[in-house]
Amino acid sequence: MTQDSRHIVIAGAGHAGGSAAAMLRQFGWTGAITLVGEEPIPPYQRPPLSKAWLKGEATAESLALRPARFYPDATIDLRLETKVTGIDRAAMTVTLSDGGTLAYDFLILALGARARKLPLDGVDLEGVLELRSAADADRLKAALHPGAKLAVIGGGYIGLEAAASARALGAEATIIERESRVLARVACPILSEFFQNFHRAQGVTIDVDAQVATLEGAEGRVTGVRLGDGRLVPCDAALVGVGAVANDELAREAGLTCHNGITVDLSARTDDPVIFAIGDCTSRPLPLYDRTGRLESVPNALEQAKQAASAICGKPAPTPEVPWFWSDQYDLRLQIAGMPFDTTQVVVRGDVSAARFALFHLTADGTVQAVEAVNAAPEFMGGRRIIAKRKQLTRVRIEDMSVSMQELAA
Amino acid sequence: MARITYIEHNGAQHVVDVPAGKSVMQGAVDNNIPGIDADCGGECACATCHVYVDAAWLDRVGLPAPGSQEASMLSFAAVTQPDSRLSCQITVTDAMDGLVVRMPEGQH
Repeated sequence: MTQDSRHIVIAGAGHAGGSAAAMLRQFGWTGAITLVGEEPIPPYQRPPLSKAWLKGEATAESLALRPARFYPDATIDLRLETKVTGIDRAAMTVTLSDGGTLAYDFLILALGARARKLPLDGVDLEGVLELRSAADADRLKAALHPGAKLAVIGGGYIGLEAAASARALGAEATIIERESRVLARVACPILSEFFQNFHRAQGVTIDVDAQVATLEGAEGRVTGVRLGDGRLVPCDAALVGVGAVANDELAREAGLTCHNGITVDLSARTDDPVIFAIGDCTSRPLPLYDRTGRLESVPNALEQAKQAASAICGKPAPTPEVPWFWSDQYDLRLQIAGMPFDTTQVVVRGDVSAARFALFHLTADGTVQAVEAVNAAPEFMGGRRIIAKRKQLTRVRIEDMSVSMQELAA
Repeated sequence: MARITYIEHNGAQHVVDVPAGKSVMQGAVDNNIPGIDADCGGECACATCHVYVDAAWLDRVGLPAPGSQEASMLSFAAVTQPDSRLSCQITVTDAMDGLVVRMPEGQH
């Protein structure tokens, strides 16, 4: 095989960047690949950080996307603890934090997202934590011992998963949520209520409609979260999980179009034909829903890694997938297919009180846009198929458990 | 340790040694074998590590328990057969030395 003399630089060695490097080799790319990552360890999976990793059920080896030997074996030049600091599109080079420069023929931006910071006093106290990286997870893990008090600011997926893990480790957890329900941004009220009830039954305290005024500390260490109504939630550690911000500054500075993330097409290509962007840092087309948006999920990182690798290797573009998400809390497995845009009705299939059910989100004409499934794998898998087909279903048929998901999806 | 042969849909064969205790999925991912996507990383949440287990090995590898998460997920995977498994749910043992699995045309 002749070796291609072209060079691909991948900026960011998270789930998206690491997977793109591996897929390029799978798709037969023989040119050089340099994978540049800020963190000290090779690409790893982030989803277990709030679950198995916190509970001590995962190892560094099981967390790794691929074994360390994979990178030299596949002649992928992995540069750890290094950051791409600038892009010169005219010269087709990037500058690195170590002072070096790399020339590229293709550039893949896999820059990820960072935890949103609270603009409040006390956020710099020791024990005020976020959860994006393995290093963050180690800090949180060290704080979660039996009897320890964890305050979770933000009732999103990361906060709920961390609270569940805290309970499993014998720590106390209080979730402080600004909105009137947890998962307010990402789930419907029925699902929010279900998770609130479940967490409360597991001993988690949930304060909704609660503003955080300030974080209080002693000797430089957090001791409590002061709420807007004056109450104090005492804590040994406070986890801030209030959303993520796309790391699109590098692309902006290089003059690439960005709108809450780096704008890409269905090949993950930016408006520079040799620059691609993948994963959490992108704003992408959502073809099923006729709009664009950011998807912060592993399936999205992998889908876009595949789109970019396919385009670069001259393979046909992969069929767009139905976006999907999952979250594990206690013995609950939540799987979500699709996104509930433009929906007017929610239909419950199964038994919410038995923690085995699915919520079907329908538009006015009955088109299924999203399915949220709790411990209901057939509804999730069938739901993906139904959404991909843009199938219309009636309330009566969805609710009828004597009609199988196979029949509904057919 | 077990030597496992992974056969892509196009016939390409990959023979690798997989340590006991790892999953058949992990063996493919560790060696960057195409045809097993494993989007969820082995959580039995996505059904993108679907394989067909060679007939000679089915008794040792086994089939998913009826009604299990794996069986539910598999029933909606693309082009399932009676010998279909999700490879993240097959834990490699020394007794699986020589195992042959085939991959479907696609995982999505």
